[in-house]
Amino acid sequence: MFMFISKRFLQLIPVFLGATLLVYFLVFATPGDPIAALSGGKPMAPAVEEALRAQYNLDQPFWIQYGLYLKSLVTFDLGQTFSGQEVSDVLGRAFPVTARLAIMALAFEAVFGVIFGVIAGMRKGKLFDSTVLVASLIVIAVPTFVLGFVLQFFVGVKLDWAKPTVGVGAPWGDLILPAAVLGLVSLAYVIRLTRTSIIENKNADYVRTATAKGLSRRRVVSVHILRNSLIPVVTFLGADLGSLMGGAIVTEGIFNVPGVGNLLFKAIKAGETPTVVAVVGVLVLIFVLANLVVDLLYAWLDPRIRYV
Amino acid sequence: MRFNRASKALVLSAALALTLSACGGGDGGAGASSGGDATKAISANTTEPESGLLPADTNEVGGGRIMDLIFTGLVSYGADGKPVNELAESIETKDAQNYTIKIKAGQKFSNGDPVTAKSFVDAWNFGAAAKNAQKNSYFFESIKGYDKVSAKGATVETMEGLKVVDDTTFTVELSRKESDFPLRLGYTAFFPLPAAAFADPKAFGQNPAGNGPYKLAENGWQHNVQIQLVPNPDYSGPRKPANGGVDFKIYANTEAAYQDLLGNNLDVLDQIPPSSLKNFADELKGRSLNQPYAGNATLTISDYLPQFAGEAGKLRRQAISMSIDRQQIIDKIFFGNKKIATDFTSPVIDGFSDAIPGHEVLTFDAEKAKELWKQADALQAWDNSKPFTIAYNVDGAGNKEYVDAAVNQIKNTLGIAAEPKAYATFKELRAAVNNKEMTGAHRTGWQADYPSLYNFLGPLYGTGAGSNDGNYSSKEFDAKLAEGLSATSVEEGNKIFNASQEILFKDLPVIPLWYQAAQGGWSENVDNVKFAWNGVPMYYSITAK
Amino acid sequence: MSENPTPEIIEPSDGARNTRRTGKVSSRTIEHYVAPLEETPLLAVDFVDETAEPQSMWSQAWRSLRKRPLFIISAFLILLVIVVAAFPQLFSHVDPTACRLDDSSETARAGHPLGFTLQGCDVYSRIIYGARASFLVGLFTTIIVVVFGGVVGALAGYYGGWLDAVLARLGDIFFALPLILGAIIVMQLPAFRDNRSVWTVIITLAAFGWPQMARITRGAVIEARGADFVTASRALGLSKFRALVNHVIPNSLSPVIVIATISLGTYIVAEATLSFLGIGLPPEIMSWGNDISNAQTQLRNNPETLMWPALALSITVLSFIMLGDAVRDALDPKARKG
Repeated sequence: MFMFISKRFLQLIPVFLGATLLVYFLVFATPGDPIAALSGGKPMAPAVEEALRAQYNLDQPFWIQYGLYLKSLVTFDLGQTFSGQEVSDVLGRAFPVTARLAIMALAFEAVFGVIFGVIAGMRKGKLFDSTVLVASLIVIAVPTFVLGFVLQFFVGVKLDWAKPTVGVGAPWGDLILPAAVLGLVSLAYVIRLTRTSIIENKNADYVRTATAKGLSRRRVVSVHILRNSLIPVVTFLGADLGSLMGGAIVTEGIFNVPGVGNLLFKAIKAGETPTVVAVVGVLVLIFVLANLVVDLLYAWLDPRIRYV
Repeated sequence: MRFNRASKALVLSAALALTLSACGGGDGGAGASSGGDATKAISANTTEPESGLLPADTNEVGGGRIMDLIFTGLVSYGADGKPVNELAESIETKDAQNYTIKIKAGQKFSNGDPVTAKSFVDAWNFGAAAKNAQKNSYFFESIKGYDKVSAKGATVETMEGLKVVDDTTFTVELSRKESDFPLRLGYTAFFPLPAAAFADPKAFGQNPAGNGPYKLAENGWQHNVQIQLVPNPDYSGPRKPANGGVDFKIYANTEAAYQDLLGNNLDVLDQIPPSSLKNFADELKGRSLNQPYAGNATLTISDYLPQFAGEAGKLRRQAISMSIDRQQIIDKIFFGNKKIATDFTSPVIDGFSDAIPGHEVLTFDAEKAKELWKQADALQAWDNSKPFTIAYNVDGAGNKEYVDAAVNQIKNTLGIAAEPKAYATFKELRAAVNNKEMTGAHRTGWQADYPSLYNFLGPLYGTGAGSNDGNYSSKEFDAKLAEGLSATSVEEGNKIFNASQEILFKDLPVIPLWYQAAQGGWSENVDNVKFAWNGVPMYYSITAK
Repeated sequence: MSENPTPEIIEPSDGARNTRRTGKVSSRTIEHYVAPLEETPLLAVDFVDETAEPQSMWSQAWRSLRKRPLFIISAFLILLVIVVAAFPQLFSHVDPTACRLDDSSETARAGHPLGFTLQGCDVYSRIIYGARASFLVGLFTTIIVVVFGGVVGALAGYYGGWLDAVLARLGDIFFALPLILGAIIVMQLPAFRDNRSVWTVIITLAAFGWPQMARITRGAVIEARGADFVTASRALGLSKFRALVNHVIPNSLSPVIVIATISLGTYIVAEATLSFLGIGLPPEIMSWGNDISNAQTQLRNNPETLMWPALALSITVLSFIMLGDAVRDALDPKARKG
């Protein structure tokens, strides 16, 4: 087990290098001129343009740019944004907010997804099952933009139960509504995954044995059926954590959350390489670690799975 | 059976917990409204400034509105766009080329340094010097010696045109006659700076010490979250704050800001999102405004396109202009929130005229458009295998809707194939424009830096000018511009500038569409909201209830 | 289990009752609760017809599938969408690109049953003509993702070791790359720059969608590879690879089906997001996604223009989810019995 974990940590190094190289190249290859955009379409003195290009190494060929980036990375210098801030500061502000949001969204989809999925699976084809199916369809077919907007308007403005947007410091309470919106689409996945798994396992022999043993139905469902049904759900949630961390552009926009999604989106639009590379670098680390946790959970959920 | 009941209860209590805590979140933030006073701060929307807060480096609205409040220049602009003296005692010239500027004595920056003639001269030299890479440096190009300090690798750091006479007087010599130079002096780039700014510009930009009606609160700039301003007790100019400060909340989009406004969670919003343009006046019940500002929207058709060159090209541009029913687009797409264009400038600018000969070419006339197109076809056949395109950038809200509408109108009126062409980002569109890769028209627009007719004409249509996207070049027009600039009074100049627009109407280097208008709203907690000539709220005059 | 009639109590015979026993005698009467054989005939399902051809798992599934109402309904709906996508002109005579601002946001009238968009285009006609692009994007992205992601995930999960390390980490890198950035790049590839089409979008979405599918498959395969029937089949002499193909994969399919059917819908919506950002379909290609994103700004003024394409999308997704459910049930012998 120790070997397994330490091997995984060693893999972080090539993964991090590969991801940063790839993303650095992608930003490098995006069309458009970041310096021209900085001027807002107004003229810029050629000497100023040249000075700015030199400041961000944009006048260098790709390999030199990436080499310079790695060089400063060794001294924990992540570079600067076009507005002159340290990328490390920018990340330090955005990641805690997004992490809170992602964890809440994950908890939301895990708790409700599994509960609804179990009920729907145990009562397959009944009213509850169909209702959940229709609700999932709405979540899938209506873009997050619309759902978020409608919820924000009713909960935040009409009913005044919560602030329409997230306030200074992004407190946990303000993040409940955004987290729910963020978790909605994944909720549909979790429900259906749980439901299918439950249906598959509820006729298994060990369930019959457990029932025959006289165990309560609740115990049979929660310990025997559920535990054996959770592997696909856990896999999905592990993968989803990363998407929630990096891909919450729409939700963060609706609720004005100063998080990673918006940071990344703005940086991509502006061609701000250091920011994009740093965000993706951190995301890749999160992915690998989330995967490790998922793999360890496999072994816990199903003792037949072993790692060496 | 037991299973069902148990799990239902579980779901219910979890849902209840969710709503309860959501409720708690709301209570903490809603401010209770009380009687109005000048010590209470108001809140307003903004975007994260794209650079440090330095006058010559701030070239966008997010930073610009902060700069205008924490700094003050020689003049500021009133609600009507007319310059009002701030620090200037007098600005005098006899020949429109040599200016003598006297400033008020006894003014201070918020770090205690005095504001002197040197503060201006040093700040302008700093802004112009190439090595400082300030984005607004081209604003100093009319000052004598700019070419030397702005050259690549220049070692000269001061412009010979700027001379300090004494603590309160300095002189400016321009490299040519420019009668509207005094109008520019309220623009951000011309603000003074204390000595500390030059020692460490980067640190200063994060925590500037200015001389404006407000100053940055301690740790007031929380990046991507908010910028808090408090009144500056040392300020004694005409823009005395009527409130206890402005908390600028940073929004990634106006949609979220509008929801906050509806929930009284934000006091002043200077832009209504497209989804609410139709209903905002009803929803805000008298707490909204809609007024034109110094900006316009145009379509540029580059003359390097073979089908738009020469005489046939001129006829085609006229035909396209007359095939767009601007009023219908304003009504249906913008719900009436724009004003139809009748010239190349803006109605809020001093000297504006809506009766310049030739402006009929901006009126929708399907029959005339078809006829002009036919005439052009007679000169040079139109290649209908490739559609006529209008390019736009998607990351600007509302662009898509009006470009789609204009494309459909051109298609329906002229019977040619036409398509919108989307660019994902502004930088991509700009790069394509700069590299002359356009295959048709592209959307353009201009927002004035300072209230002057010349600012709408010179930088856009002068031969080789910085923002001349369509490569327009007309000797006749250039001569008129120079003539207007050398007029000794602003009024005299305006007449000549308007005459120069007659040439533009004939050549149609761009197709004017409409004048921009600012739509804004305010919460139940504030009063006295007015917007300035440039569409930015006049924050200092807003009162909290 | 089908309900059995309550078994009758078989009375002990007289002979037994009268038997005398020596020693300690129990006073209990023993009652037998087993029905006689003639009253509980063997169920037909347990009857093995030895003359019949042996059936593969797949043909068994097909026989079970084609009788399921869920399958019949969903297949019919999907067929309908395919026909609409292939021959839109059969369903609408209105030109979806003929848009006049005079009709902007008008409500329904004769010949235009669903009203008009902000630009004055016919909503119904645009939904009919938009089916092709949306259906192609949804279906082909899903197919590519399932095939590629499935193979990668299955190999990684089954063989483990260094192969797993390489494939899984490769997936992590792709997963971390922002879709928008990738889409901007793909759109600029020389092959796509000047003729952007549905395939551009499909390739983009597939390139960034496969890691999720690979993860799910990997998890399911890791779970299934330790099952007794796999050990049994290996013991019976099946090669490691054959065991993967014949036993592990078929038993790992259900989470894959779930993810695939839902993803089909989310890909159609993702196309909308990409198009909305100007990096998806060119504006002249109609799609539900394009229409949904166009309607977003009119959400508060004219929500119907958003509702109709979203409804078309929902029905398509619903039919695929139902199909997925039916297939999954058919493949699962345990579920088939119950």
